Amino acid sequence: MCPPTRTPTEQEIYGRHGRPITDQDAHDISRVEELSYDLKIHEVMTADVKTATPDMPLSKVLDVLRMNRISGLPVVENEKLAGVLSLEDIVRALQKNDLSAPTSQYMTREVVTVANYDSIVKAMRTFTEKGLGRLPVVDESSKIVGMITKGDITRGILVALQRDYKEEEVRRYRASHLFEDIISERTTLVLRYTIKARDFTQGGKASSYIKRALIRLGADAQITRRCSIAVYEAEMNLIIHTTNGGILKLEVEPHRITMSATDDGPGIPDTERVFQPGYSTATEQVREMGFGAGMGLVNMKRCVDTIDLGSTVGKGTKLVMRILIPNQTFGGRREGQTDEPSTNH
Amino acid sequence: MNLQQIIDQLNLTVLTEPRDFASITTSGGYSSDLLSCVMAGAKKGHVWTTLQAHLNIVAVAALTEVAAVVITENAQPDSASIAKANQQGVILLSTSLPTYEVNGKLWGMGVCN
Repeated sequence: MCPPTRTPTEQEIYGRHGRPITDQDAHDISRVEELSYDLKIHEVMTADVKTATPDMPLSKVLDVLRMNRISGLPVVENEKLAGVLSLEDIVRALQKNDLSAPTSQYMTREVVTVANYDSIVKAMRTFTEKGLGRLPVVDESSKIVGMITKGDITRGILVALQRDYKEEEVRRYRASHLFEDIISERTTLVLRYTIKARDFTQGGKASSYIKRALIRLGADAQITRRCSIAVYEAEMNLIIHTTNGGILKLEVEPHRITMSATDDGPGIPDTERVFQPGYSTATEQVREMGFGAGMGLVNMKRCVDTIDLGSTVGKGTKLVMRILIPNQTFGGRREGQTDEPSTNH
Repeated sequence: MNLQQIIDQLNLTVLTEPRDFASITTSGGYSSDLLSCVMAGAKKGHVWTTLQAHLNIVAVAALTEVAAVVITENAQPDSASIAKANQQGVILLSTSLPTYEVNGKLWGMGVCN
């Protein structure tokens, strides 16, 4: 008889090393790195610390360890850290049948500590370098304020990730379902950005907002990249070439993305020539910053499905670009919507 | 090739905040001082070598998601650029070597496209 069919497990599909790392996984990994710098030791440590005093007999310390299910504790004298005592030290005393001896006789005096205001990455490094599993945490005045273990760090990171993840999930969920949740004959999301002329310090800001919006809306990586390049070039053109800046507008519909850049001057005398690779009117000063390669409109044209440049000298310029979305990117397609044929090819 | 190995072997100065560079892998590289070319040519995970050191390289690096920017010939970004890079998670590295030599060394190390 044939064995019943069942769904293969992830391990069977991808082998022992698990599934391949996705972009999202890679993003999460680097977030853990970030967190190891962002999170401070005092945020994840155990603040309620059991301590011993140097004159406490070992038998009593053993009771404290046992009752609290811990494997070691700091020894404190006059609020200052005098040493640490671990189960290993107690075992040494047990071998000599010496449990009545004071803690000071068996404790380790040279104690490695970390500061409560340090990042958890400092504690992680100290664990690895010194081969330790537990570290006392001290404040500026060397007073003991807590203990930190590898478990505390893992828990701290998980809690922070969970918090991050939830926030981003909620945002993404809301955004990616926008087109499903709102029913109309034609739903369009419009993003509008005012771009100031010559404001190079803000160059790329609108493009990065747009990129983030598209990711949240559920656009695929390829579409997001094409869109980012096109709007970046359009944004920089508004900064570099216009008299008074302009408006960058993005209209997202389930079946296409329309990007437009509008300004009120100076206008382009020859709208054919600007599509020639290498043709540029940028000033020497702008070129020194790496712009004015004469590749802007060439890049845009390469990234979009249709591009339409209209300009009147003395009045202004309007650039409209469209990217058609083949299927289901933004929460499915509705009846009655058809892709308009590409006009620029 | 991870970023830590590149930083060590090329003796690069890290201008932005420290990160776990060993966990950042590079997928190749791209060189240009023209930002439009970089927008078109640089891929996610590339090392971008350039002489440019002004603020706008940060936006380009963030949009293209390059692994790091190596600024050559000791060109120095100002503190606003470094702050913006930190804020956007862009890694800025610096070297006294010219772009040509950096590229040659990277290629020799196996950072090929």
